Order: sequence, then C-alpha cells, then structure tokens
Amino acid sequence: MTEPIIGILGAGKLGTTLARLSVQAGYRTLIANRHAVTELKWVIDTMAPGAVTVSAADLVAQANVIILAIPLSHVAALDAKTFAGKIVLDATNYWKEVDGTVNTISSFTQSSSEVVAAHLSQARVAKAFNHMGYHDLEIEVDRHPEARRAMAFATDDDTIRPTVRTVLTGFGFDPFDLGPLRFGLMLEPGSPLFGEAITTPEFQAKIDTLYDTPFGRKIVAARGERIR
Amino acid sequence: MTDKQYTFGLDTFGDVAFHDDGTQMTAAESLRQVVAEAKLADDLGIDLIALGEHHRSEFAISSPEIVLGAMAAVTKRIKLGTAVTVLSSDDPVRVFERFSTLHALSNGREQIMLGRGSFTESFPLYGFDLENYDGLFEEKIAMWADLLKGKPMNWEGKFTQKLTDTTVYPQLPAGETIDTTVGVGGSPESIIRAVYYGFPVVIAIIGGEPVRFKPYVDLYHKATQQFNKPDLPLGMHAHGIILDDAAEATAVGWEYIKAEMDRIGIDRGWAPMSRDRFEFEIDKGSYYVGTPEQVAQKIAKNMKTLDMSRFDLVYGTGGQLEHQRLATIRNYGERVIPRVKELLGGGAND
Repeated sequence: MTEPIIGILGAGKLGTTLARLSVQAGYRTLIANRHAVTELKWVIDTMAPGAVTVSAADLVAQANVIILAIPLSHVAALDAKTFAGKIVLDATNYWKEVDGTVNTISSFTQSSSEVVAAHLSQARVAKAFNHMGYHDLEIEVDRHPEARRAMAFATDDDTIRPTVRTVLTGFGFDPFDLGPLRFGLMLEPGSPLFGEAITTPEFQAKIDTLYDTPFGRKIVAARGERIR
Repeated sequence: MTDKQYTFGLDTFGDVAFHDDGTQMTAAESLRQVVAEAKLADDLGIDLIALGEHHRSEFAISSPEIVLGAMAAVTKRIKLGTAVTVLSSDDPVRVFERFSTLHALSNGREQIMLGRGSFTESFPLYGFDLENYDGLFEEKIAMWADLLKGKPMNWEGKFTQKLTDTTVYPQLPAGETIDTTVGVGGSPESIIRAVYYGFPVVIAIIGGEPVRFKPYVDLYHKATQQFNKPDLPLGMHAHGIILDDAAEATAVGWEYIKAEMDRIGIDRGWAPMSRDRFEFEIDKGSYYVGTPEQVAQKIAKNMKTLDMSRFDLVYGTGGQLEHQRLATIRNYGERVIPRVKELLGGGAND
C-alpha cells in the first residue's frame, strides 16, 4: 500500500502516547476524540506536536490505518460502514474501570478483538498495541534502541500483515506475528503475556509456557484445545 | 524564576511496616508509627506529610483525616495532607466537614489532594459503580469547588445529593479555604480539569524517565493560559529510599519496592518487575534510591527538567524495617532537602 496515514481514535493516555510515537516515526498522523476539534487541538498541539487534530468522521475517512485507542465498550457505537476497507489496529482491552465491573462484551470463547472485528465487519482488523501499558510504550522504545521489545499482533487478513509489520516497526517495536485474530486472547488482561515489554525470544518463551499457567488452562477449558 | 517557593513533602500509604527484628507490625502499630514519623518530619522542618487512602491488606490507612488529626496534635509547622483522597467514592459534603475540622484542629495546616484513585477497592466497598469512574469524579470535583466558596449550597447532580440553601459545618473562618490540590497519573483530561478549577497539580511519576512527562507539564502550563488562570505550582511524587550506603538502599528497594509493585501487579495484570527494569528506575528512571547526595542530585535534576516547585518522596514503600524508614526520613530532612535547594538555587534558573 501507499505510505500509511495513521489515524488515532482516542486522545487519552494511550492515544496521545501513540500519537507521539507515530509522529516520531515520520507518519502523517491524525487524531480525534469525541470532543470538537477546537476543544482538542490545543491539547494535541501541546502533547503531541505534529499530529493533526481532526473530527472523528474525517479521521476515519482520511486515514488508512486506524488505531482504536478508546474504551472497548465504546467500539459498538462506531459507524461500522465508514470503516469499510480500512486497516484497523485494535488496541483496546476490556478494563473494568472504564468498561464496567462485569464483562458483558468479550469472553474466553469470543476474545475482545473478535468482538471488534465482528462489529467492524468490513474493516481489516488486527489486534496490536494492547499488551504493553501506555506508559511502557515510550519508556521501552527509548531505553532499548538496540534490543527492541516485541509487539504482538494477530489478524485473519493476510493482506495487511506487511503493513502492520511496517507500522509496528516504524513505531519502534519488533513485530511479533501471533497468527489468526482469535489467538489475540493470549494477549488479554490476566494472561502472562499482558503487560510484557520484553524481546522477541523472551516473548516466545512466555508463549511456550502459557499452557502451564492458570490463564492457559482457562483457554483450553473454554475452547477445548490449545489455540496456538 | 527567582524567589521560587519550593515545597518538599513526604508521602505514605501507611504500608504495614516491620519491626527491626523483621517481624511485621500490626496495622495499629503501623498507624502509630506513621504519627511518630510525622513528628520526626516536623522536627526536621520537612514542609508536608501526605497520606494515601487505601482499603486493602498492605496498607493501614483507610481514614487519613483521623491520622492527620492525631498528627496535628503532636506537630507544629508541618502541613498535613492527603495523597490522594478518592473523592469519587466519597461524599464531598462529608469530606468538606472532615477537612474543615482538620483545618480548625491544625490551625490551617491541612491540605487535601483530590484524585480519581489508581486503586478501585473503595468503589464496591462504598457501593459505587466503577462504570461511573469518570462521571463520579467530574461531578464531585465540581461540587467540591462549590463547597469551597463557603456560601450556602444550592446543588443538584446525577450522583450526589440535592442541596438547597444548605450550609455545611464547621464553616471555615472568613477568608480562609481548604488548601486543595489534585493528584494525577497519566491522563491529559485530569490535568485540564484541575487547571479549570484552579487547583495545583501533583503528578505521580513512578516509572520511567521523568523527562517523558514533559508533555504533561507543557499541557499544564498551556491549560493555565487557556482558562486564564494564574500560573499554578506543579509537583511530582515518586518512591525513594535514602541510606548512607547505596548498595544497602538498592537491596532494600529490591526487597520492598519490587515486592509491592509485583503484589499490586497481580491485581492489575502487570508482569513482575525485572532486575533490569528495577536498576533502570534507579539509574535513570523514577526511583530515588541511594545515598543522600545521589538522591539530591536526581531530585534537583528532575525538578529543573520538569519545572517543578514541589517534590514528594514516597517513603516506606512495601513496609520496610523501622530503622530504614526513619533513616530515609532523617536523610531527606537533614541532607537531601537542603542540598536540593542549594542545587536549584545555584543552578541555571534563568
């Protein structure tokens, strides 16, 4: 594809952090949240200089790689048809502080990114940027230029794999292709992989022992088999 | 930048501490320990002590104002604060009553730091829905700002009680107020909200290189222009251990700070802290662990970089032995704070 135009939906802790990494990577970077452009622009000009504040509708129309940096529970309200054909990187997680005490959105049989992909059914969805804390994203990129941290992604769309790799590399990470989207369950909160900012061999080693952990056993119990 | 007023504080969550023989104190002993430490901090001339509010086994303090009340009786000058009061799961009217009481008993030495709270145990405990995490704080900080006006309250909200021409007692003496600050983590919106109400901000910078928080500092100053507010002081809070021997300080940090972070991480889904990351936090990151000179240099450097006028050292993280806690407080008061002031005063404050 042509040079990615990154659109970051959400301008909170994660969105503003990703915006800085995206600008640093040299991408044209758009950002939007639910507020008016005039309310957000001065914040972005201060927090992530170089990123362009636009309306959410303009962002979806103009960007070709859209990163979801909003609460998982807000995804259902997105106008799915406007996302047709777009590459969507789903950075959301079920998080009780913002999504509610009881998770009625995703489960061990339908992972959160599968829920997102089902809603944005005409988009090309990959799970990415979800297993590292927003604060760690910048810390780890800065402090290990020589030993990049693994950033896992998962998708069912083989055609977007090269672009996802390019973007993750551009942002400062070592892309780790986990496989189909449903494998993204392995990256969700509660998993030993969640919160990890480690190198690719270390990440692989954690995957190798995942099924020895309670989380791994829950996956098998719910899905009837190991998913990877 | 001349005549900048600096504030140096000590913060604690009331981590259940250990006797020097290694046995763990009871929560009751830990509470009395913290009061004695406040007395020591006051004697040393430290500006402020601030207590967190938690509702879990690691921490003894769930009712900070009562502890602050006890401190008020045995101290003379030190400011008595919270860090933070979880306003979202409290009743602003009752919080006001407690703090105006503390204002009276301490002769105006109280300070409240409002926050959304990074721990969420208080929500189910007090019957609040986490679903309303943002909405509760937004509404209650607005109610708090109204309460501070000292006039009879007329208030109607979604999560709070309706008040009609209601006066809340004890009233503050005319012209006095409850010193109010806001504690924030990494949310841009929290900073903007605090500035909107004209409350100074303290940022918890507990991991990574502090310079990474520069965008938040810029946002803070930009927001004061945006809302036509006077330039408000800005502070930071971070964990530290100050001992005469650097290796011992590191060992204590590894034993207690790492253990506490890992324990909390279990609930939050964080990975355990690696040795590599721990050492990074001491060398370049956000742990102020080392000798008085090392810690003073680090504090001064980061206060300059981020244009901070307040620094709060979180002491006793993970509990620690009594003599380790006291050594940190003594070193902070006697050696670190004077040295930081010297470094800041003598530096290139242009």
